[in-house]
Amino acid sequence: MPIPAVDTRALTRRFGSLTAVDSLTLSVESGEIFGLLGPNGAGKTTAIKMLVTLLPPTSGNATVAGSDIVRQQVAVRHAIGYVPQMLSADGTLTGYENLLIFAKLYDVPRSERVGRVRDALGFMGLDGAADRLVRGYSGGMIRRLEIAEAMLHHPRVLFLDEPTIGLDPVARQAVWEHISRFRADWETTVILTTHYMEEADALCDRVAIMHLGRVVASGSPAALKGSIGKENATLNEVFAHYTGDILESGGTYRDTRRTRRTARRVG
Amino acid sequence: MTQEERVAQHAGSVSLLRRGWRLPFAAAGQFVLKALVIAELEARKLRHDPSELLTRAVQPALWLLVFGQVFTHIRAIPTGDLPYLDFMAPGILAQSVLFIAIFYGITIIWERDLGIVHKFLVTPTPRAAIVTGKALSAGVRGLSQAVIVYALAAGLGVKIEWNPLALLGVIAIVILGAALFSTFSLIVACLVKTRERFMGIGQVMTMPLFFASNAIYPIAIMPGWLRVIARGNPLTYEVDALRALMLSGGSSTYGLGLDFAVLVVATALLILIAGHLYSKVAI
Repeated sequence: MPIPAVDTRALTRRFGSLTAVDSLTLSVESGEIFGLLGPNGAGKTTAIKMLVTLLPPTSGNATVAGSDIVRQQVAVRHAIGYVPQMLSADGTLTGYENLLIFAKLYDVPRSERVGRVRDALGFMGLDGAADRLVRGYSGGMIRRLEIAEAMLHHPRVLFLDEPTIGLDPVARQAVWEHISRFRADWETTVILTTHYMEEADALCDRVAIMHLGRVVASGSPAALKGSIGKENATLNEVFAHYTGDILESGGTYRDTRRTRRTARRVG
Repeated sequence: MTQEERVAQHAGSVSLLRRGWRLPFAAAGQFVLKALVIAELEARKLRHDPSELLTRAVQPALWLLVFGQVFTHIRAIPTGDLPYLDFMAPGILAQSVLFIAIFYGITIIWERDLGIVHKFLVTPTPRAAIVTGKALSAGVRGLSQAVIVYALAAGLGVKIEWNPLALLGVIAIVILGAALFSTFSLIVACLVKTRERFMGIGQVMTMPLFFASNAIYPIAIMPGWLRVIARGNPLTYEVDALRALMLSGGSSTYGLGLDFAVLVVATALLILIAGHLYSKVAI
């Protein structure tokens, strides 16, 4: 049996009295596009931060690409790419320079470096903007650059935290297409978080719906829709069914500020 | 390449890495290489917008032209055979390097508020190498100050030592001094986490470091309690070494060996602490 790309067992993170991620157990197959779905504050970002080794879990454990996220952090870091929700491209450098630095940090061999950077720029449709400062990019271009940056070393698992937040529908569509094409070309497993139901619908093979730190339902979007016994149910309705809540609850002041700020920057 | 091949290749690179760690030289080489990549990143930023370096020239110019000239005339500070302006020029160099370095940590807060820190931290780069790279780039900024202070001092008639070895020594001390104080600043930034608090603390840190040192007056004229503080202040050793290396006929009070040792050990210690704190800054 192939090793799952991500395997978590009772992964838990508390911040003081708040349990942000509560006993998360899930398994993602190699080559899947897997969506963590839920409102702000559901625990999606905290879960991702643990999986990419930024945040130590309070209890439970997990492996990414077969390596333990606590005991084998360097191996995990070699195997993954990560695009945080916040702006992570450097505006004071050109697109080319942003990628070149990360190619070096990820040990891309010197002989392949320039080729890989050029390929990544071409793949993301950024050839023409390569030598411009990122400060002058549009929101959609910045997102595509950030994804290009995270895929330079051909990671086995790519983590995208709210990849299309603050983007207009056209830019969002472009990002979806690139993610799908990237998976097809490199057989990379993609794990993304989103609170856009249509994004999960369009992109994900399987989703897990999170609410207040717990997974309340998981399966393929079609199966989840079927499970609530309603013809043509939307994922929105699935979410409401499982959480008894509308998609409007979440987020602290800090989350809101951060989301708006990100939206303003990239928008 | 199929998935299996890539798994195999990946396993290969990991085992290579493990073997690498057994060879301390390979690990050290990797560390230096990564630190240089981070320094390159900062240097590229500076190249796109070098205006910061020019505005930074104003402060040392004011100290040398106004403060230095006035105090040279009134001969208020006993500096032996050395004209006061010569005495203070190395002090002003150390000071302007200090000022450029002590606010450097604020970039960490910027990068944390964006998502840039997060992205660095998920790369396999050792944390201390990232911190070292940032310290080196503060050193590059410090060198730009050295060029300015040398030009001003030479213009004002300070007797400068142009021996290439002495110049190399100055370069080393300036980089070390900038690395030391920028890493200190990084530690503070990792602890306070917001720009507002950092700016407040930055102001509070700079003046005591500067005045409780031998930068603009000899330690000998200080009251006893201040003398103790000044002897514990790394800036004192930076100034002491610069005074020996920058001035023709200059001499060191504590010995260049001790000066270098203090700066190297303090910087290494701070980098270890900063590397540890930096890895937690994304939480």
